Amino acid sequence: MSTADVSGSPTGQPASLGGGGCAAPDQAAPLPASVNLAKDTVIAGTVVADGGSPVGGAYVRLLDATGEFTAEVVTSALGDFRFFAAPGEWTVRALSRAGNADAQVTAEQGLNRLTLSVAQD
Amino acid sequence: MSREDVLVSADWAERHIGQEGVVFVEVDEDTAAYDHGHIPGAVKLDWKLDLQDPVRRDFVNREQFEKLLSGRGIGNDDTVVLYGGNNNWFAAYAYWYFKLYGHRDVKLLDGGRKRWELDDRKLVTDIPQRPTTEYRAQEQDLSIRAFRDEVTEAIGAKNLVDVRSPDEYAGRLLAPAHLPQEQSQRAGHVPTAVNVPWSKAANEDGTFRSDDELRKIYSGAGVDFDTSTIAYCRIGERSSHTWFVLHELLGQADVKNYDGSWTEYGSLVGVPIALGDEPGKA
Repeated sequence: MSTADVSGSPTGQPASLGGGGCAAPDQAAPLPASVNLAKDTVIAGTVVADGGSPVGGAYVRLLDATGEFTAEVVTSALGDFRFFAAPGEWTVRALSRAGNADAQVTAEQGLNRLTLSVAQD
Repeated sequence: MSREDVLVSADWAERHIGQEGVVFVEVDEDTAAYDHGHIPGAVKLDWKLDLQDPVRRDFVNREQFEKLLSGRGIGNDDTVVLYGGNNNWFAAYAYWYFKLYGHRDVKLLDGGRKRWELDDRKLVTDIPQRPTTEYRAQEQDLSIRAFRDEVTEAIGAKNLVDVRSPDEYAGRLLAPAHLPQEQSQRAGHVPTAVNVPWSKAANEDGTFRSDDELRKIYSGAGVDFDTSTIAYCRIGERSSHTWFVLHELLGQADVKNYDGSWTEYGSLVGVPIALGDEPGKA
């Protein structure tokens, strides 16, 4: 069982965070300065458990329109995750000890936010 | 070489915690995960600080590697069990790196940190104190490491396996989708390379698929197991994962990891590049 709320309101967050290798950056950090929400497509959100409490340490994977794995991050203590993608159809799937969930997202340029509510399969 | 020699389960790992001659090593790019909790007794390796030369783009040399492992208390005869986050990308990279410098007994923990955490197995914050050793490394085994000229020569001649996501392969993205997109290189792939994303080899929980499934995936994509293969990705860690599958699990004889990968190839002057979802012509 899963639910998703998707909205597309861009936010102006302060900049920090450096680039690096292929590992997942800190999911709670503000958007890097190089991210231009007028140009980039960001899919971000929160993983919550029943009752709305945030799930930190959940594994969130981004799958493309064909269901192919694209990226995976681990949520921050506040349940936050973030992907840098492209406009189009995506699936966001969360795995956690509190359960799993997935949601379809039609991403547009800018910030696309959603909430994943996990429950035991 | 069989699966049991190179890959261990979480149950096996739990039974061997604290056993003499078995050293668990967590490898990550961001070692904050280790600091928050790791397998009891595990030492840490930082993918960047410990395994990359601080100035040039290359690995630490043989003497530096010897010093690193001696300082971590790893001996030549120890069984090294590697694990990490990101579905074991950096652990697989370290596996390949340990093999490059000739370590005999290296194993990968199936599923890495993710399976371990999802199983709710024990993690501790105590830092182990291991007595220093006199580690002796071999010269790099270049039969498993490819350089750029070998990659251009392999176009149309060897299996080239691009293990990045389909969008990176086609040139629609320059980096994985959890990272800001880079602008420093040209997008696309090495002509004639087939696209088998590393993730095809793994289950959702990060464990490897069965040998039969794996063989089907790569042969189905056009990889000829009777010839040579070069695997690459963006910086060489996801392709270490695929190198592990082809060379260690499936026993393909000649498989090299091109650690320069797309961040080198995509910046080279004059080399051919294919765009789109098809491998392209030589």
